[in-house]
Amino acid sequence: MATLPIRISPHKLFGYYIPLYLVLLFFAALLLFPFIWLMSRSIMPYKDIFAVPTIWFPKTITFVHFQNMFSLPQWPFGRYFMNTLLVTLGVIAGRVFSASLVAFGFSRIRFPGRDALFLLVLSTMMIPFQVVMIPTYILFNKLGWLNTLLPLIVPSFFGGGAFYIFLFRQFIMTIPAELDDAARIDGCSRLGIYWNVIFPLMGPATVTVVVFSFLETWNDFLHPLIFLTRAGTQTLALALQQFVQVQFMQAEMVFVVATVAMIPPLIIFFAGQRYFVEGMIMSGLKG
Amino acid sequence: MTVFSLRNKSGNGIETILRRGPTRLERREWLEGYLFIAPWWLGFIIFTAGPFLAAIYLSMTKYDLVTSPRFIGAANYMQMLQDPLIFHSLQITAVYAVAGVILRFIVGLFLAILVNQKVPIVNFFRTAYELPTVITGVAVALMWQRVFHAEFGMVNNFLKLLGIQGPAWFGHPDWVVPTFILLNFWEAGRTMVIYLAGLQTIPNELYEAATVDGAGNFRKFQHITLPLLTPVIFFQIVLGIISSFQVFALAYIITQGGPANSSLFYVLYIYRQGFQYLDMGYASAMAEVLFLIILGITLVLWLTSGRWVFYMGEIRK
Repeated sequence: MATLPIRISPHKLFGYYIPLYLVLLFFAALLLFPFIWLMSRSIMPYKDIFAVPTIWFPKTITFVHFQNMFSLPQWPFGRYFMNTLLVTLGVIAGRVFSASLVAFGFSRIRFPGRDALFLLVLSTMMIPFQVVMIPTYILFNKLGWLNTLLPLIVPSFFGGGAFYIFLFRQFIMTIPAELDDAARIDGCSRLGIYWNVIFPLMGPATVTVVVFSFLETWNDFLHPLIFLTRAGTQTLALALQQFVQVQFMQAEMVFVVATVAMIPPLIIFFAGQRYFVEGMIMSGLKG
Repeated sequence: MTVFSLRNKSGNGIETILRRGPTRLERREWLEGYLFIAPWWLGFIIFTAGPFLAAIYLSMTKYDLVTSPRFIGAANYMQMLQDPLIFHSLQITAVYAVAGVILRFIVGLFLAILVNQKVPIVNFFRTAYELPTVITGVAVALMWQRVFHAEFGMVNNFLKLLGIQGPAWFGHPDWVVPTFILLNFWEAGRTMVIYLAGLQTIPNELYEAATVDGAGNFRKFQHITLPLLTPVIFFQIVLGIISSFQVFALAYIITQGGPANSSLFYVLYIYRQGFQYLDMGYASAMAEVLFLIILGITLVLWLTSGRWVFYMGEIRK
């Protein structure tokens, strides 16, 4: 916790503090203003939104657009919201359990070829989804899963992705192995060690995975775009884009729905900022 | 089984392993190991390796989802060589990726140095810089479409206050790619977080020693900060270029590749061939090329990394 120095010399005040805070403020304004501009437009009356000359901040506040959002013809907001929530929760559940189980296998059990296989896990990060997108689409088409939420949820139960396995594995390696040994002496099976000893200790890693998965899945566009094509099956993000594209949603509604779509990620960010930052550092500093 | 044992790291000589072989307990542990990682290898086979091999096969076929795939050899790849849009999309994607990564690097490092200052409420600014990186996808794409709208967009309204007639941004063939590059500015918070973590690993003694030697702030940056950050910078550039090459959602939502294909990024073109023209074979061939490009970039960067990446450990050795 930094505290104000008791005496600041005028030289330091004008040569350091004031310029520093001005630059800090300048960048904060630049980075945040588009978001503030968009969100403030969601509570402005229709005539103010597109007024010339432009009105920067709301003079009168109205929530009528938010009420209208629930009664848009052929745009069941509630269902899209539920679809998105279901996919997000499903992916989180799949990732947390399968990635941590696999990470436990890679860090706590000795078996031939383990290191080579883990290298293979990491190298799959090199293959972008776009490369396997078409065969994956054909696969789900053959299974009859298109226009259901299954293609978005089920794959996350199969290891949950290399990055998440890596993240859990890094965390498990910080847990002393003596805990496992103690549990084994007490007659605990390996699955028991995973479930009763390791998993309960992985809180911080789990929260990081939850925060990341939430943001990634909530904001995802490409997967829903190719797997969900029938009206009513889409996620919020996709439905929003298609409504704007195809039916031309009333111009003011775009501001409202975009604002609503931004709120859950913001809540998650503020609730789990520390974990979000930790996860980002993990993804950026290590191979 | 003995083949595996030769690689055993337990330090046993080859003969002892051959004589002894794995015990029942060891074999049980192996089996458990493979079972614990089963979700991964099942997923790897079903969702990665299988589709990866299938894509290689499909890239040599003509396939429209309705009739069964017809083998045509290298014809899709030959057709790619004749397709001007392939070169165009590769070119703009490369420009976008390189310029975007550079922008994120400069702004991200600058912001990291700013928020690394030990002054009051600096964490408030740090949070403010991280915020825009949380929201991605459709909501933010629709936002940019409106912010950069030619007539009633935020940016042009602001420029009007200054007496400047703003360009059409996404609406003009010459401006559209630079506008997409500019959007990377709002993602700099992500790189900032990583550079900040890197900055905080640099031991303070180095700066103190440099101060004693009479080095100014710029020389400290040039000779301490920058060299010690190169591993992080290197990794960020590799990841950044790989992810920027996959740019899709923003362009798909904002411009659909327009105007006049001037923002037809590579993955957008793959999508168009595959899911709009239903030419799955051609799209698969394009996807294979994307994979080779990403593999190539990664390899080149790894191979040259020895020349310019400086690892802290090297001092101690």
